[in-house]
Amino acid sequence: MDRFSYRKVVLIAVILAVFAVIVGKLFYIQIIDRKYRVNAENNALKYETRYPARGLIRDRDGRIIVGNKISYDIMVTPAVIKEPFDTVAFCRIFDVDTAFVKARFREWRLYRSKIGHQPQVLLKQVPARQYSVFAEQMEQFPGFDGIPRTARTYNYHAGGNLLGYISEVDADYIKKNPEYRSGDYAGKTGMEEAFEQTLRGEKGYAIYYRDVHNRIVDRYEEGLYDKPAVAGTDIYTTIDAPLQAFGEKLMQNKVGSLVAIEPSSGDILAMVSSPGIDVSYLAEINKYYSQLVTDPYRPMFNRAVQSPQPPGSVFKLVNALIGLQEGVIQPETRFPCQRGYRVGRLTVGCHAHPSPLDLKQAIMMSCNAYFCHTFRAIIDNPKYGSVREGFEAWSDYVRSFGIGSKLGTDIPGELGGMMPTAERYDRIHGKNAWKSLSIVSLSIGQGELGITPLHLANLAATIANRGYYYIPHIQKDRPECPIDGRFRERHYTPFDSLHYETVIDGMRLAVNGGAGATARIARIPGVIVCGKTGTAENPHGDEHSVFICFAPAENPQIAVAAYIENAGFGATWAAPIASLLVEQYLHDGIAPERKWLENRIESANLLHKVRVKR
Amino acid sequence: MIHSRHTLRKRIEWRIVICYFALILFGLVNIYSSSTGEAASLAAAGWSWNTKYGMQLIWFGIVLALDVLLLFAVPSRFYNVFVWWIYFLTLALLAATIFVGTTVNGSKSWLVLGPLRLQPAEFSKIAVSLAIATVMEKFTFSFRNRRDVVRLALLLLVPMGLILLEKETGLALVYMGFLLVFYREGMNRWVLPLGILAIALAILSLVLSPFAAMLILAGVLLIWVTVERRELKILLYGVVAIAALAFLPRLCRIEALAPVLGRLNPEIWLLLLTAPAALFLIIRSLFRKRESLLRHTLVVYLAGAALILSTNTVVYKVLQDHQRLRIESLLGIRDDPMGAGYNVHQSMIAIGSGGFSGKGFLAGTQTRFDFVPEQSTDFIFCTVGEEWGFVGACGVILCYILLILFLISSAEKQNNRFARVYGWCVAACILMHVLINIGMTIGLMPVIGIPLPLVSYGGSSLMAFSILIFIYLRMSYEQRGR
Repeated sequence: MDRFSYRKVVLIAVILAVFAVIVGKLFYIQIIDRKYRVNAENNALKYETRYPARGLIRDRDGRIIVGNKISYDIMVTPAVIKEPFDTVAFCRIFDVDTAFVKARFREWRLYRSKIGHQPQVLLKQVPARQYSVFAEQMEQFPGFDGIPRTARTYNYHAGGNLLGYISEVDADYIKKNPEYRSGDYAGKTGMEEAFEQTLRGEKGYAIYYRDVHNRIVDRYEEGLYDKPAVAGTDIYTTIDAPLQAFGEKLMQNKVGSLVAIEPSSGDILAMVSSPGIDVSYLAEINKYYSQLVTDPYRPMFNRAVQSPQPPGSVFKLVNALIGLQEGVIQPETRFPCQRGYRVGRLTVGCHAHPSPLDLKQAIMMSCNAYFCHTFRAIIDNPKYGSVREGFEAWSDYVRSFGIGSKLGTDIPGELGGMMPTAERYDRIHGKNAWKSLSIVSLSIGQGELGITPLHLANLAATIANRGYYYIPHIQKDRPECPIDGRFRERHYTPFDSLHYETVIDGMRLAVNGGAGATARIARIPGVIVCGKTGTAENPHGDEHSVFICFAPAENPQIAVAAYIENAGFGATWAAPIASLLVEQYLHDGIAPERKWLENRIESANLLHKVRVKR
Repeated sequence: MIHSRHTLRKRIEWRIVICYFALILFGLVNIYSSSTGEAASLAAAGWSWNTKYGMQLIWFGIVLALDVLLLFAVPSRFYNVFVWWIYFLTLALLAATIFVGTTVNGSKSWLVLGPLRLQPAEFSKIAVSLAIATVMEKFTFSFRNRRDVVRLALLLLVPMGLILLEKETGLALVYMGFLLVFYREGMNRWVLPLGILAIALAILSLVLSPFAAMLILAGVLLIWVTVERRELKILLYGVVAIAALAFLPRLCRIEALAPVLGRLNPEIWLLLLTAPAALFLIIRSLFRKRESLLRHTLVVYLAGAALILSTNTVVYKVLQDHQRLRIESLLGIRDDPMGAGYNVHQSMIAIGSGGFSGKGFLAGTQTRFDFVPEQSTDFIFCTVGEEWGFVGACGVILCYILLILFLISSAEKQNNRFARVYGWCVAACILMHVLINIGMTIGLMPVIGIPLPLVSYGGSSLMAFSILIFIYLRMSYEQRGR
């Protein structure tokens, strides 16, 4: 035994201590810290997304408006492609540029270490027809594969703006909706956007083992934990698909909107914004997007809910109801009209008609002077003490139709329109320095009013219902997919239904009356249509042609508003269009004696009358 | 002397042999598992000789024959006679490798002879161990004898230098293990603690700051002096002084003082403030007998300060980029799981995901799907940790602890110093390999590629360790026969 043999004990103690540190660290990373297990799964498990079929969009009778068709994403695993493939043949099959394909491959080559064996998307949404050609020659293209995705197909040539389109989500969208992943599709406009939650379904996944090169090695637990995709739910819309298509045919080559509502439910039967997005563009929106955005007629703009315009003479109906309710006029009240309303230097012109007229005749013949008198009587009613108070009371009546604010429909992008306020007139004329005469143009629907075509259609529906409306909506109420409660509520207006009958009589006369009736062209054989024309002046060109109506008079099935920009008199364009739509809906066709009218409307091109910025 | 079966059995150290075979067999199992990753399915893994596990099995066969030969046919006298032949032949091979060697994974450490590929650096451990044992066996050997110390240092440093030139940093580091043997045999007892202090200071200087490392050094020395002198007063004064100095970096950052103080780093100011005083005290203590403790303390302080100040220079100016990145990644200065830290990151994921009892044989996803690099050689411990879990990893570690302790206890029983020193050398080599290798896989050591003894795939390593162990077993065999 040497004198240093005690050191063996020291050394053994040190050795054991060092091994204790190692075992301690092992204990920590293997048993205490769970993050390594999670990391290992991230490393070795690959979740492959299974995309669900998107829900269909059906019309009110169950007809499929928007269906699905299989399309294919062409995937490439660049790492597998060792030899050059026949790029020209490939590009011929898919009708793409060789330069595009080459550029993609160059890009992948740059990131090859990052990509590994991960398949990359080369072409998106290839139609099944092209894919089947490709599939036959697949052995010429090792490393290529097609992944089925659903794409939209459109069975009616109608509803472009209403239906909207789906497109791949971008970074901004994902930021706002974190449940989406790159490569997902989402509804961006119209119903596709409004009902995204219902339509999209639920993604599933399949779990695979992968190696460090991202190569799939095996299924994880033989698919035990895979989750199948859940298909989206179909949406039933209130739209009547054939009616919508008919409406769009009538509106072709015109700028404006056509809205039809079922008064008894608030269902929107048809909603046309013209010029609109051609449905054939929707499926491949990316291809046409720039074309649509730069089109001077702005087809992406849904005029029916986004374009507030002066309503013109149809607004006389509102003033008639207010006058009656306020008691400032009676149905028998007559006002004189000498081709207009003249006070001092102010003249509101009118056309030639007998004088004086009572209320029903004034509606029938659309007398401007009558409603100037009525309007001033409402505003200057001694009951209110001041013009301001009178105007506020008048405004409250107008707002009861939902005018001036959003109705709250389920159509994305709805605007409320413009409703003048007392403050606004203070700014124009000075504080309280305005009189009923200053704002008299409101009496005939001109001036500071901006009402969307949807509001106009709602006005027609309210009159048809004799005093109430349902918020117009495009989702059909169905037991398996009920609509929001707000669409089932009646919104009442503060007018006696008796007054409605008076106004409706005037509307009936306007269409079905004798000499002087303004809308006789809207007469439909066998049905009593009640309507009111409007001719909205505007500083940009010819007047806008306006018409609202409903039918049949006693049991209204449909209320329509037509707004044709810069077309001229209401009776010339809007009235025939609206009445043809009504006839189509009620009679499922156009009577032979009115075929000429249908032809005239369809073939008319009024685009040139609209001044657009080019 | 009669060789009966009975005595034969008694003369062999079976406990060491059992540990040896247990490790090799478990290694084969894990090499099989980690090198069948390319098979298409987890379940379908066929057998072929032309694979790593097949090759390792062949090596095992060769080594088995070699073991028997070394144990029964080569007396230890052979090594006494030929030790310098062996040593210088090894040096020659190491030197030759530098010039004609083949580069594998950045290390030019392979000699290719026809179908054979050998790593002389692996075998150099044997020659160095024998040489050290020979030198220290001499009756006159003493660590107080400067000639002996220089001779020992040369024996170590020359092969170490050659191995460093081959860029096998890890195998060179293993040589530090011989310091443990020297300690056991009477080297100054302060060398090892001071070495550990030096490593700690270098790490602190990198992780915290040179200034903080210097304060910590001062604190450690203060505690040491207090304990030696048993005077609390020293501790009190010292703490006040260190606390006051701790404000130096703040002073440097005060704007009014910055034009003067900001020109130099705080640690330089600290040294400028303390070094003259320390030097004065050292010189004074040379003339007073009672102050040797103070002198030693201050010398350590100045040497430590020099080390701290040079650490950053060495790390950022002298070391190669990949080495610096690995050190930074290990110390947590730089978090880089995709770059320099990739290996460790993946290897810790593999081991950590094994949990308590592991994922089971052939069921490790990380090692089989190539997430861990070098998973059958340097990172074989990942397969152990992932497929056999904490239990398996501890089993392997226990096996190593037993092997090392058996070697030490056996060496301590040897009558002659040659066998004892050699036995310690074997234990030290295995210990260093295990610590560095396992430490590397679990993020305690920088990534230095050295194999796990007997377990890792590789003929050179397996053969080198077998020779190392069985030469010792022969010595023990002879001792027991007497």
